[in-house]
Amino acid sequence: MTSLRRPFPWKFLITRLVHAVFTVLGIAIVAFLLLQLAPGDAAQALAGESGTADAEYLASLRAQMGLDRPIYEQLGAFLMRILRFDLGYSFRYGTDVASLIFSRMPATLLLMVSSILIALVGGLFFGITAARHVNRLPDRLISIFALLFYATPPFWIGLMMILIFSVQLGWAPTGGMINIVAGHTGFAAVLDIAHHLVLPALVQAFFYFAIYTRLVRTGMLEVLNLEYIRVARAKGISENRIAYRHALQNAVLPLVTVVGTNVGTILGGAVLTETVFSWPGVGRLMFDALFQRDLNLLLSILVISSIFVVIANLVVDLLYCVINPTVELR
Amino acid sequence: MLPPIVRMTLEGRAGQVRHARMEKLGMPTNTDTPMMISRRALLLAGSASLLAGAVLPGISFAQEAAGGTLVMTISPEPNAMISAFNSASPVAVISSKMTEGLLRYDFELQPHPELATAWEVSADGLTITFHLREGVKWHDGQPFTSADVAYSIMEILKQHHPRGRGVFSGVESAETPDEHTVILHLKTPAPALMSALAGAESPILPKHIYEGTDVLNNPANNAPIGTGPFKFVEWSRGSHIILERNPDYWEAGHPLIDRLVVRNYADSSARVAAFEADEINLGGDGLIPLNEVKRFESNPAFQVETRGTEMNNSLDVLECNMRNPYLAKREVRQALMHAIDKDKMLDIVWYKLAELLTGPIPQSLPNFYSADVPSYPFDPARSEQLLEAAGLPKQADGFRFKLRLIWPATGDTYDRAAQFLRQQFRKVGVDLDLQSADVPTFINQVYANYDFDLSMFPSSVGSDPTIGSQRFFLSTAIKQGTPFVNASGYSNPEMDAVLNKAAVEPNAEARKALLAEFQKIAMTDLPMLPLARPIYVTVASANVRDFITGPEGIRSNYATLSIAK
Repeated sequence: MTSLRRPFPWKFLITRLVHAVFTVLGIAIVAFLLLQLAPGDAAQALAGESGTADAEYLASLRAQMGLDRPIYEQLGAFLMRILRFDLGYSFRYGTDVASLIFSRMPATLLLMVSSILIALVGGLFFGITAARHVNRLPDRLISIFALLFYATPPFWIGLMMILIFSVQLGWAPTGGMINIVAGHTGFAAVLDIAHHLVLPALVQAFFYFAIYTRLVRTGMLEVLNLEYIRVARAKGISENRIAYRHALQNAVLPLVTVVGTNVGTILGGAVLTETVFSWPGVGRLMFDALFQRDLNLLLSILVISSIFVVIANLVVDLLYCVINPTVELR
Repeated sequence: MLPPIVRMTLEGRAGQVRHARMEKLGMPTNTDTPMMISRRALLLAGSASLLAGAVLPGISFAQEAAGGTLVMTISPEPNAMISAFNSASPVAVISSKMTEGLLRYDFELQPHPELATAWEVSADGLTITFHLREGVKWHDGQPFTSADVAYSIMEILKQHHPRGRGVFSGVESAETPDEHTVILHLKTPAPALMSALAGAESPILPKHIYEGTDVLNNPANNAPIGTGPFKFVEWSRGSHIILERNPDYWEAGHPLIDRLVVRNYADSSARVAAFEADEINLGGDGLIPLNEVKRFESNPAFQVETRGTEMNNSLDVLECNMRNPYLAKREVRQALMHAIDKDKMLDIVWYKLAELLTGPIPQSLPNFYSADVPSYPFDPARSEQLLEAAGLPKQADGFRFKLRLIWPATGDTYDRAAQFLRQQFRKVGVDLDLQSADVPTFINQVYANYDFDLSMFPSSVGSDPTIGSQRFFLSTAIKQGTPFVNASGYSNPEMDAVLNKAAVEPNAEARKALLAEFQKIAMTDLPMLPLARPIYVTVASANVRDFITGPEGIRSNYATLSIAK
């Protein structure tokens, strides 16, 4: 592996960060305007849940939430809050938005990071294996399973896994993140979370795994036919070493790009898995916020998500030249 | 990616029951005794513990079952811990374990002591005196007094409770002659008030915590301090709620369990799996999909209880927008009623877990129900006759006219009902466009814009027609922009007079007669076509005792709930 053999790209970084601020603000404004198109507001959603409300009550709810002010004032107030890193208050949850989101962020990050890692390890191994046995049985089997996992909706896989491993076999809990009744502490609590994590992380990983496997396989196939690989073979280097050391480095750039986008969607990307496994994450919070018209909460999550995407893209760009020094940053 | 999950997760209000079957057997459905024939006879005797003394003396599960943790699920997750500011159903379920009301009720909806031990209503209905329980302490150790009750009614329930603003509107002042007496003075009699004092509906809150603060944003709203059998411990949003036994609870030796844990399952299939894996012991409000209820009923590891929604009485109805020229004609509305094969609908739409309605008040409110109303048996020929008489002959395409039906996307029951209605209406030449909308869209379209022809939704009668029903029928309740009021545009001075009289009639018999008149007019004019009262079941593990002890169902305080070893 080569490290950066040139001065750190400060100029590149600063330009990109300035761009990032404007990108995030632009996303915030567009998202705000788009969400105004949704019929009904948070006051009506709250009233709908209660099954009753009088006009005065609705008016006081709207005044409390600031929904009675003109759109441009609401947008201005929202942008000012974003710039001050103040996400405001969710009247539906009766708490401030920042603590609501950040209390649920660890669950989502844990789920997404572990599933992406599982998918990466699996995708690399099976992708390389498939490429090395191209058009033979292992390749065919891997391709079939990858296609199956890719085409099956994750919530269905999740429900099937719950039925088999939780209800029938009793190996894993059906959902949630901790065993509240047992109230574990210390190392037992870590094990407990891991136990709850296994099924949702696997289900979420299956989806990525399918994509990663196919990307690695294609990339490897292209590289394995190049001259320098033939040279390596001629030098008598073992097939494993050729695959994992010589070919892989040149074959993974597309994979890095896709993993980068997956990392970018880390906050909202697991809604289905979070729903099926009752995983207390941000994705589910976002989904509920949409149906409750808690637009401030929803917008806050969208803005944080867009920050994730921007940062992930930046990191991916920097990674390119770490992995492949011929890539230039401009 | 969204549509499948929308369908999966919004199945919320689904479950239902064998109530209907019992009715076919000709049994009354609102008393305790008929339930005794079920295979869970013993459990139910236990569950009716308030009355068990009279029914099966000597049976008590308390000794064998002290302690333990109950894990229940509430769906959707409550978004507040106190039902004083948000009367959504899930909030009432959790709130009622920590805070209490002045009264509790039996299955006949008769009041019994809770925080009030005795009460008198003056003959003119203008003065109500409550004698309060002594020796009750708030969870923070402060004594509970009449000042708390006066403050809760005047400053919290009357000001901020979505329904309380109407229920307590007649209360002018609350006098506290001593620490344990409260006297309410009313401008006009409010007979419905006495059936709205349960803990889940009208919780009494501590004055010393709320006075002088911004009550809507008081931190205690998310970490309640009440007088109830359980104390708040922890609320981890999106995951769980933990409550623990209140050791200083006024009813000695209660509650019987040590801890109550609420776990959140967003998806109904995951919920079913969690029940089967024994990870949850209790869940109500029909959170098991209708088509799964039978499986739970036949599984000895579970109990399925059909009672416990008698305080709520949510009815599935069709409201007619009378601004539509077709629906403005009474014959058309009557023709639509004749076009629906309700018995078939009961089987197909509600899996028989519903009570078919004959009018705007269900039989679960025996004090108010009247059978003496115009009826509309299934009769397509009569339906077509009425439509012809209304001057609406069939066009070349076989249809007379087209209507649009909208409903809130809250589960697959309404989807099925809409498909069923379209088939039935088409047979008499009325075409139907179907539109399923999420709740805020539904409210906006129906109540803010009147942009609908027929709207199908759960309309709650509550424990008294004055609380729940009248807002759909009074002409003064036509308030554009306000959800769940008169959206049909129906206006009949005779109806207004009857309802307004019933709302303030202190004499029970005279009031019953007025409400019978209301039902008759409602079924003659038909601004709303009543369909059925779905029965939302409660499911519990076999070892859970006394989880439905009254009409509040899972909204009771669970001081007497126990888990057999």
